[in-house]
Amino acid sequence: MQPALSIVFFTTASGAGFALLMLVGLGAPLGLLPQDPWFGFVALGTAVVLAGGGLASSAFHLGRPERALRAFSQWRSSWLSREGVVSVLAFVPAAVFGIGWVFFGVTRGAVGLCGVLAAALAIASVYCTGMIYASLKPIRQWHNGWVVPNYLALGLMAGLLLLDFLVRFWVGRATMAALLAVIAVAVAWWSKERYWRFIDTVSALSTVETATALGSRGKVRMLEPPHTEENYLLKEMGFRIARKHAARLRRVARLAGFAVPALLSLAALLLRGGGFAIAAAGLAVIAAALGLVIERWLFFAEAKHTVTLYYGAASV
Amino acid sequence: MTDLPAQHPGQKKLGLVIDLDLCVGCHACATACKEWNTGGHMAPLPDFHPYGAGVWGVWFNRIHSFEEGEGPGARTVHFPKSCLHCEEPACVTVCPTGASYKRAEDGIVLVNEAICIGCQLCAWACPYGAREFDADEGVMKKCTLCIDRIYNDTLLAEDRIPACVMVCPTKARHFGDLGDADSPVSELVAERRGRDLMPELGYKPVNKYLPPRRERMVEARRPLALDPVMAEPERPEGIGDRLLRWADRVLSR
Repeated sequence: MQPALSIVFFTTASGAGFALLMLVGLGAPLGLLPQDPWFGFVALGTAVVLAGGGLASSAFHLGRPERALRAFSQWRSSWLSREGVVSVLAFVPAAVFGIGWVFFGVTRGAVGLCGVLAAALAIASVYCTGMIYASLKPIRQWHNGWVVPNYLALGLMAGLLLLDFLVRFWVGRATMAALLAVIAVAVAWWSKERYWRFIDTVSALSTVETATALGSRGKVRMLEPPHTEENYLLKEMGFRIARKHAARLRRVARLAGFAVPALLSLAALLLRGGGFAIAAAGLAVIAAALGLVIERWLFFAEAKHTVTLYYGAASV
Repeated sequence: MTDLPAQHPGQKKLGLVIDLDLCVGCHACATACKEWNTGGHMAPLPDFHPYGAGVWGVWFNRIHSFEEGEGPGARTVHFPKSCLHCEEPACVTVCPTGASYKRAEDGIVLVNEAICIGCQLCAWACPYGAREFDADEGVMKKCTLCIDRIYNDTLLAEDRIPACVMVCPTKARHFGDLGDADSPVSELVAERRGRDLMPELGYKPVNKYLPPRRERMVEARRPLALDPVMAEPERPEGIGDRLLRWADRVLSR
């Protein structure tokens, strides 16, 4: 599948933003985070900018972005519509929670309840994003049980790395966020490795024989394509990445997205406080951002659509 | 709404039956489709860089060619592919706007271009590659089963069939109601054991493909009668040949 940069940015940024919103929406009412209104402003601001920026970026993928509001109507059947509805709904309690905290210094009671509600909608939004891909049967690399856990784990990893970095500015030392960040990186790494192993070993039930309803005489192979030049289907669904490039990019994603953040967040946890710990936490965020963008680009580039079976693909 | 219409037994399911035994891969159906539909319900079907390198455009019907089997039993199969108007079309249910819909009255899958946002998720959801994006208008387009022909009172009754079916020179394409077990198309499917494409995905395509018939092969092939002619040895040069060569040399000076 063609990796569109607008979608790569949308899924990574909004995944991190909504995960941060969930952590702050839960953590502040429970008293696990600094109660300083300025902390609320920075943490919620970061979450909203990332989540909102990601959603705005997704509009660049549309052929008719001026009609984007129509996408909120089909939540009964469409995961894309559900994603839109849930993500926009999440901003409503998030706004109440943010105003209550930042302007009135309240994080408990009704304001806290709004935080918890925003947290629930935020994580539901990441779930819906994963389901948009997991529900597409023609793409085996998406239609499997690892995709939604991947989206949740990778989002939580990014959110916790960000939260640990922000909390250190206020508290000056490692808190529970630091420990959770290390665990989140490990879980995300594990789930991504399982995903990669899955797509390397399992291919679709569909073959060129089932796609053409032929095969009673033996193997079916393409003789002539229907057209000599590319078409929309080949541009959008026929994107292929060389095995060598995929392997190299996986190594980069593994290193920048998981190994470096794991080491840096562990170092920050062990250092507890000080400038080096803050620098390590900050670098962990930057490395993870780079790694996740490459990981997400690969998520598209390595996905194979059944339509390519009609154009000579040996398997999908 | 992108919810699918409720199904009931005997429901009308308009679609195509494509005979892979007869198709000769002439692309007449694809051309006729393009010609009709670029002025029809989903018009236009744009072409990009039509006179330059990298020409591409929107087509609703594409003719692939495959080889099936190896050796003497193998054959070439030309394979036309257009929207299959599935009973479980995920292209409809994934649509976030309601632009993509399946008609309750005849099962035709259509796009309402006026509310399509061009997210292209429907094209991803279609395993068959039936939908193509119009990059000019920013909306998705697809086969309409020539809805503007089959219900068109201004056409003669015999012309109220899809353009691809009308133009086929080998009568490899048939149009009819596959929901009616007694219709000619349903009988054809039953008789020739018509098949679904990618049934494992559960889209339940309405269009059916008739597999190529088994050839009645002779037991052993005799050598071709042309062989002795091909093997004729060169005869020695005579006096006439030498004379002609001399004349040729003189005249070419």
